[in-house]
Amino acid sequence: MLNLTQKTIRSVELKESLFKKLLVLSGLVVVFLMSGLFLTLFTKSLLSISHSGFSFLTSSTWDPVKETYGALPFLLGTLITSILALLISLPFSAALSIFIGEYLKEGFWTTVLNSSIDLLAGIPSVIFGFWGLFVVVPIIRKIELFLGIIPHGVGILSSSIILALMIIPYSASISREVISLVPQDIKEAALSLGATPFEMVTKVILPYAKSGIFAGFLMSFGRAISETMAVTMLIGNSNKIPSSIFSPANTLSSVIANEFAEAAEAEYLSSLIELALVLFFVTAFFSLVGRFIIKKWMVNA
Amino acid sequence: MINTIKSLTRLSAILGLILITLSGCSSSSKTVELQGAGATFPYPLYSKMFDAYYKENDIKINYQAIGSGGGIRQLKNKTVDFGASDAFMSDKALEKTKGTILHIPICLGAVSISYNLPGIDKLKLSSDVLADIFLGKIKKWDNARIQEINPGVKLPSISIVSVHRSDGSGTTFIFTDYLAKISSTWLDVVGRGKSVNWPDGLGGKGNAGVAGIVQQTPGAIGYIGHIYAIQNKMAVASLKNKSGRFITPSIKTVSYAANTPIPEDTRASITNSAAKNGYPISGFTWILVYKDQNFNSRSKEQALQTKRLLDWMVTQGQRFAEPLHYAPLTTEVGNQAKAIINTMTYSGSPL
Repeated sequence: MLNLTQKTIRSVELKESLFKKLLVLSGLVVVFLMSGLFLTLFTKSLLSISHSGFSFLTSSTWDPVKETYGALPFLLGTLITSILALLISLPFSAALSIFIGEYLKEGFWTTVLNSSIDLLAGIPSVIFGFWGLFVVVPIIRKIELFLGIIPHGVGILSSSIILALMIIPYSASISREVISLVPQDIKEAALSLGATPFEMVTKVILPYAKSGIFAGFLMSFGRAISETMAVTMLIGNSNKIPSSIFSPANTLSSVIANEFAEAAEAEYLSSLIELALVLFFVTAFFSLVGRFIIKKWMVNA
Repeated sequence: MINTIKSLTRLSAILGLILITLSGCSSSSKTVELQGAGATFPYPLYSKMFDAYYKENDIKINYQAIGSGGGIRQLKNKTVDFGASDAFMSDKALEKTKGTILHIPICLGAVSISYNLPGIDKLKLSSDVLADIFLGKIKKWDNARIQEINPGVKLPSISIVSVHRSDGSGTTFIFTDYLAKISSTWLDVVGRGKSVNWPDGLGGKGNAGVAGIVQQTPGAIGYIGHIYAIQNKMAVASLKNKSGRFITPSIKTVSYAANTPIPEDTRASITNSAAKNGYPISGFTWILVYKDQNFNSRSKEQALQTKRLLDWMVTQGQRFAEPLHYAPLTTEVGNQAKAIINTMTYSGSPL
C-alpha cells in the first residue's frame, strides 16, 4: 500500500518535471529559431555586403545585369505602402473597435460583426490580390484617367488600399478586446459626472486603452510591412523611387518573391538575401520602438 | 493534462512508425530514378515527355519546375542529374563551375508582343520602334514612327504603357537579348538578362500577370511567352525581321528562326535571326548536364539512363512538342544535340 502511494507520487513528480522541461524547451526553440534565422540571413548576405557595401542602402539602382544592387527604392516602397495602409485603416479600425467594444457589446449583430472580422483576417492574401486587381485597380485607373495621369491602375495607392483592408481585422480585434476590458466603474463614474457617451469614449476609454490599441496598430503595421503576395500583384513592380502615390513601385518582399527563383549568380542571390536581412531589421526596429512606446504609456496610465 | 501527454506520446509513436514504414518503402525500389530541376517555360512539354518515357521504359523522372536559376544552382550543388534553363550559361559562369557542363537544346520558344488597342487587330512594329517604346522614348500611340509602318490604321492618341515581367524569367532574357542586338542604346542602358533594370513601365508577375495588365489597361503593350499568347488567343503584333519582312509568331515561323548556323555547343542566341521567314524573338531552351557523369557517387547505370533519356528527348520525344505549341528542333540542330550527348563520359570513358 505504502509502496504504491510512493510510486504514484514519484510518477506525478516525474510528469511534472517533464512537463516543465518541455515548456523550457519550447521557449529555447523560439530563441534558437530567431537567432538561427538572423545568422543564416547574415552569413548568406556577407558576399553582398562585401560586394555593395553601404551603397546597398543608399543607391537607387537595382541592376542585376551590371551587378549594381541598391535597395533604397524597395525600402522606401515598403515604408510608404505600409504607412499609407496604416493611415487608411486607422479611422476604420478605430471606429469599428469602439463600436463593438463599447456600443454593441452583445447580440446577434455583434456575433455577425465579430465573426466577419475573424473571417476577414483568415482570407489568404492571394485572394485579396485578385480582388484588388479586378475591383480596386479599375477604379483607380478611372480616377487616374480623370486626373489626366498615365492610367497604370496598379501602384502604391492600389496596394495600400488592399493592405489597409487586410490589416483592419488585426488592429480592430485587438483594440476591441482592450476596449472591452476598460473597467465598468470608471465608465459609469464618467457618465454619472455628466459626460456624454462621446466624451466618455474620448476622455476615459481611449486614454485608458491607448497602449493596447497602439499594440494592435503595431501588429497590423508589422503585417503590412511583411505582406508579399497581394502587394506583388498590385504594386506595379517598378524599380524606381516613386514620385507620387499613383506611381508603380516595389517592396523588399515583392522583389525577393519575384527574383529569387531565377537568380543564379552568387552576388545576385546574396543581394536578394540581404534584402531579407534589411526587412528583418525593419520589422525588428518597429517592433522594438513599439514596445518602448507601449511600456511608456502603460506607466503613465 | 497527463492524459493529453499520454495521448500525445502515443500519437507521436504512431506517426514515427508510419514515417519509418514510408521511408522503408521508398528506399526499397530498385529501378533508377532521375532527378531534374529548372526552367518553368518547358515544364508542360517535359512533364508530357517524362510521362511517356516512363510508360515506354519504366524509368521515373522527377522534374521540379523551380526556375532556371534554381536548376543551375542545384546542378552546381550536384543534387540533381540534370538542370534545365531558358538562357545558356555565360562563359564567365561556366568558368566558375567545377566540371564541364553541356548544353543540350530540347525545343524552341518565342516571345510575342501583345497590345491593347481597342478596334485594332493588326499591328506592325519594327525593331527600333519596339526598343524605343520599352525605353520610354515613344510615349503616345499616334507617334509618327508607329503610324509610318501602319498606314491605314487609325492609331489613338493615348499614352503607351509598357509592361514587363517582374519575376526573373527566360522570356525576359530572350526579349532583352533581342533588343540588345538591334539597339545600341538598349545594350548600353539596359543590357540583357533574366531580370534587368527597366527604364520604364509596369511589371507583372508571370505571363499571366503581364497578360492581365495588358488586357486591362488601354494603351498597354507587353511581351508574353508565345505559347501563353496562343492559348489565350491574344492580339499580337507582327515584327519586322532582319530581312525586312513582317512576321507573326507561330510554331512554323519560330522553327524557321533556327535555320541559321549555330555554334557546335549550341550556346547561341537566335534572336534577330537572319532566316528569311524566321520570327525575330525566338530562342532555345536547354537541358544542362555534366560532361563527366561520375559525380556525387552516381552509379554508371544512372549515368547511362540520363544519356538515354536525353537521346530520346531530342529524337522520339520531339513528337510531343507541336501539339503543346512548342517549336521542335530542326534536323540540323537535332543532329548537333545528338553529337553533344555522345560526348558524355563516365570517369573519363565514353558511355
